[in-house]
Amino acid sequence: MSEGFISRGFRSRRQKSDQSGRIPPGQYLERGFPVLSAGPTPHTLLINWDFSIIGEVDQPKRWSWEEFRALPRETITKDIHCVTKWSKLDTHWEGVSLDTLLAQVTTAASFVVAFCDGGYTTNLPLDEVTGGQAWVVDTYEGQPLEPQHGGPARLLVPHLYFWKSAKWVRGLRLVEQDEPGFWESLGYNNHGDPWKEERYWGD
Amino acid sequence: MENKLDGNAAAGALQAILPFDMTLVQATCTGCGATNAIGATAAYMHGMGTIVRCPRCDTVLIRIVHARGRYLLDMRGVRVLQIMEG
Amino acid sequence: MTIRPETARTKSITLALPNWIGHRAGQHVDVRLTAEDGYQAERSYSIASPPEEAPRVTLTVERIDDGEVSPYLTEDLRVGDKLELRGPIGGYFVWDASMGGLLLLVAGGSGIVPLMAMLRHRAATSSSVPTRLLYSSRSLEDVIYRDELDHLVKNTTMLEVVQTLTRVQPPGWTDYSRRIDMQMLREVAWPVEQRPIAYICGPTPFVETAAASLVALGHEPARIKTERFGPTGEA
Repeated sequence: MSEGFISRGFRSRRQKSDQSGRIPPGQYLERGFPVLSAGPTPHTLLINWDFSIIGEVDQPKRWSWEEFRALPRETITKDIHCVTKWSKLDTHWEGVSLDTLLAQVTTAASFVVAFCDGGYTTNLPLDEVTGGQAWVVDTYEGQPLEPQHGGPARLLVPHLYFWKSAKWVRGLRLVEQDEPGFWESLGYNNHGDPWKEERYWGD
Repeated sequence: MENKLDGNAAAGALQAILPFDMTLVQATCTGCGATNAIGATAAYMHGMGTIVRCPRCDTVLIRIVHARGRYLLDMRGVRVLQIMEG
Repeated sequence: MTIRPETARTKSITLALPNWIGHRAGQHVDVRLTAEDGYQAERSYSIASPPEEAPRVTLTVERIDDGEVSPYLTEDLRVGDKLELRGPIGGYFVWDASMGGLLLLVAGGSGIVPLMAMLRHRAATSSSVPTRLLYSSRSLEDVIYRDELDHLVKNTTMLEVVQTLTRVQPPGWTDYSRRIDMQMLREVAWPVEQRPIAYICGPTPFVETAAASLVALGHEPARIKTERFGPTGEA
């Protein structure tokens, strides 16, 4: 297909300008909540669900659903930004800070790999998921998180592109060496800061 | 409801990369050994890329990302491709 | 370019494509729209016209309410506009008259489009391959190509069309009145021993139900070809 072709009368979904300064470069404001799926939606029963921290830790740690729900919880309101260019402002979540979970293990590792039902993975530096930057969330807009949006629980790392907020998360593997995850190994930026437009390799 | 289609939907992206009709190509799954025409596989048109999965066991066969002027193609999930001559 | 309405929600767009290399019945094109700021949206649409009409190519598009491309194609596009498209695409979901066989076509909603290309190709080649179409729509007003299907049944040999209307039926309706299921396919499909070739097209849940039913009835999976349009019918 040729470059430079414009379809007469086709209106872009992008906002003309962002007064608030809350929408990162190249993004548009989305009022819905698009569902992007790379495979069948997992439907894990809560009775079978657990969350684990494994890998380069003194002792692996595991929480059942009841144990997870008994942990100190937070309400989180954040803007989220998907690399496919939509941004959603003031999304409301409830869940457990990764600080709370990671406080239960001792590690010298520098990176985490989040692993999920269905096989999805994403990688992050440990210091970007601590200090109040990341949560495991199970409630969205006051309701239990739906499976199509990652329920029963997903990772929430809102300062990075939303592919890092892994759906159907089941745990973190702490590793010494960074391991690119599902999208990071196929052209997507290893870090993913929306304010620096770190969408792809080499950005 | 996930947007599950089939290999016909991935055909456009594959055709841009490989110079033959991929929907007729037979792919053998590394997960379960099933062989299917790519047209008969499950395809997920995720906004970030195209994911082609085995219709029997859901193992990822092919992943395609189109970004910054290049295509990235991962076919780790395919043990063998069979492409007919002509 | 000509644009003509088919039903309240669908329009057929016929394009003259001088560089068209030709296509086979069942193939599709990818249509890409580009806004002035570079924003792009792309969707696949099956070719409704038979290969015999090339280089004229017709797409039949159903307007999806929150779709990105179909509202533009069905409401904003004007004669004289240009469209960017790539194709023809797909050699798996195709039927040529030379393939023969007993033919079983199963369409859900806008899934009729590629199957209509097959029926039009069948008529253009005066093929007498015994063919049955099972076509599911919400109501009579949603049946695309209604008059033309009547015409084909009357004016070609060995073609039967069976409809099911899933939401609303007119008074005196004698065809089916429910969503497709195994019993309906048992009654409509050719007997398993006759080894028909089946093409199923429509929304993903429809296709999966129909394909699973045919396999459960004993039809060979290798002789069942499917094309899914996604949950809302837009691929």
